[in-house]
Amino acid sequence: MNKLAGILVICLLSACASQTTQPTDVEERSVESGIGDGASNSALGSGSSGFHPLNDPGSILSQRSIYFKFDSYQVSNEYRSLAIAHAQYLRDNPGAQVILQGNTDDRGSREYNLALGQRRADSVKNIMTLSGARPAQIESVSLGEEKPRAYGNDESAWTENRRTDIIYRGE
Amino acid sequence: MSTHFRTAFYGFCCLSLWLACMPLQARLNIEIFGGGMERIPIAIVPFADEGRLQQRITDVVAADLQRSGLFKLIDPTGSTPHEPAEVNYSEWSDRSASALVIGRTIPLPGGQVEIQFRLLDVAKQTQLAGLATVVPLTQLRVAAHRIADIIYETLTGETGVFSTRIAYVLKQGDKYALQIADSDGYNAHSIIEYTEPIISPAWSPDGRRIAYVSFENKKPVVYVQTLATRERKAVANFAGSNSAPAWSPDGKKLAVVLSLHGGSQIYLINADGSGLQRLTRSSGIDTEPNFSPDGRAIIFTSDRGGSPQIYRIPVSVSESAKAERLTFEGRYNVSPDFSHDGKSFTFIHQHNGRFNVAVQDLATGQVQLLTNSQFDESPSFAPNGRMILHATEIKGRGILSAVSRDGQTRQHLSVQTGDIREPAWGPLLKQK
Repeated sequence: MNKLAGILVICLLSACASQTTQPTDVEERSVESGIGDGASNSALGSGSSGFHPLNDPGSILSQRSIYFKFDSYQVSNEYRSLAIAHAQYLRDNPGAQVILQGNTDDRGSREYNLALGQRRADSVKNIMTLSGARPAQIESVSLGEEKPRAYGNDESAWTENRRTDIIYRGE
Repeated sequence: MSTHFRTAFYGFCCLSLWLACMPLQARLNIEIFGGGMERIPIAIVPFADEGRLQQRITDVVAADLQRSGLFKLIDPTGSTPHEPAEVNYSEWSDRSASALVIGRTIPLPGGQVEIQFRLLDVAKQTQLAGLATVVPLTQLRVAAHRIADIIYETLTGETGVFSTRIAYVLKQGDKYALQIADSDGYNAHSIIEYTEPIISPAWSPDGRRIAYVSFENKKPVVYVQTLATRERKAVANFAGSNSAPAWSPDGKKLAVVLSLHGGSQIYLINADGSGLQRLTRSSGIDTEPNFSPDGRAIIFTSDRGGSPQIYRIPVSVSESAKAERLTFEGRYNVSPDFSHDGKSFTFIHQHNGRFNVAVQDLATGQVQLLTNSQFDESPSFAPNGRMILHATEIKGRGILSAVSRDGQTRQHLSVQTGDIREPAWGPLLKQK
């Protein structure tokens, strides 16, 4: 029941996302064309650029971090396209698997942040499974505030640490 | 208190503590800011022959009493009575001391020492308390804390907590250590060390075991470790994340937070890891459970209302159990810990970008902010309810701090190197 409600919410969010302003649509279109290239590239083993599509700096798939606002685990429109691109790669490459690692900044409670990091990983997982990835391809875990990428007590460090990382197994 | 006086006072504390701590060892520094309204003036005369011991008893007693913020130490220089008959009461009255501590130490064969101490009322010229005890030379600090507890209890009417212990996590480089220390930070030793994070230590009610969360297996798992034997067991190692252990007051059960069935929800298990029962059912985050002293309710952090707030739920495992929201001020209230009388709880409250220690009275709902630092975490009540131990940050480094229940006295405790966090104040020891 809860899952169904979650799916409904995500569908509504998707609906909202597709009705937002022009730039987002443009960004999503360019993503889809990127994916098309990625899929054909992976079939060939490597792309015309010489990179594996996951590592091609020109492909959205080379981006692996989804950032969040303070105390939020909602994936913003800015990053939905990134999550969807990886979901479609997983859909087209059934052998590929990812670990989603949720992280938080170091303010507030360590235990709450551990739970919040899990939510951030789960939010990305939800979008990915709704966009064609199989649940078995995705493991979501939380590092809470325990493994900061950036140190320091300022907004830039906090912003950098509020994220979910997409890590492909075997990379 | 004026800045000038505070600086001088702070300097005095550091100096006296430095002098008190000549035998160097892993320890915590203690700094006191501010002071209680009415401090009891007390003179502590060095005990006869204590200079020959490895540890002077009265140095430990004086530091304990001063740290409580309830005492004003009177300089005893120039007069050294060790027996009531040697006390010239008018002299101490002239120095404005209302209480006087005297005593002696007598070395005994077999590595033991007899310690005699008396607490005297200067105005009434009578003995208020006394103790004669024989201890091994290795237990001098233990004996001193006991004397400090007797003085504290006699003069304030409250339970002394100087003989209790604290637990915390120390991060040095990439190493994490779960440490236990005396309430004054001495005798610190690691009970476990790893290169992966350790969080959320929780004392069993009898003080013999500690539950904690270790990431040593690349994900959070709840362990229970027996202090005397160092024996440890993973008591919650389910699929997903296992964290936030809290003991029931009878020590038989633990509340833990699992992501086993999605989300982060609160479950009950027996202390040996058996008998899993789900306690909360929400679509949000439920974490940081803490038992009421009567064991009938749990307070916890939940974002079910849109922002993290403190809730209370009965422990009776029934589907109809409804959680009641307790905090309403602000959009971020986390890490609740019950006072030992069950009448209030402490927690972290965010406001204006600061994260501070607050206390809420359960009957009236009144909230009092106790600190004004930037990043406070993990508040934990002392067993007498008088102080709250918490983590805070100074110059980017995590340190421990304690604040009195009324917010009047604050003290910083910090190790020389490394980051210190996740403090938990241990229970009163049974044998007293």
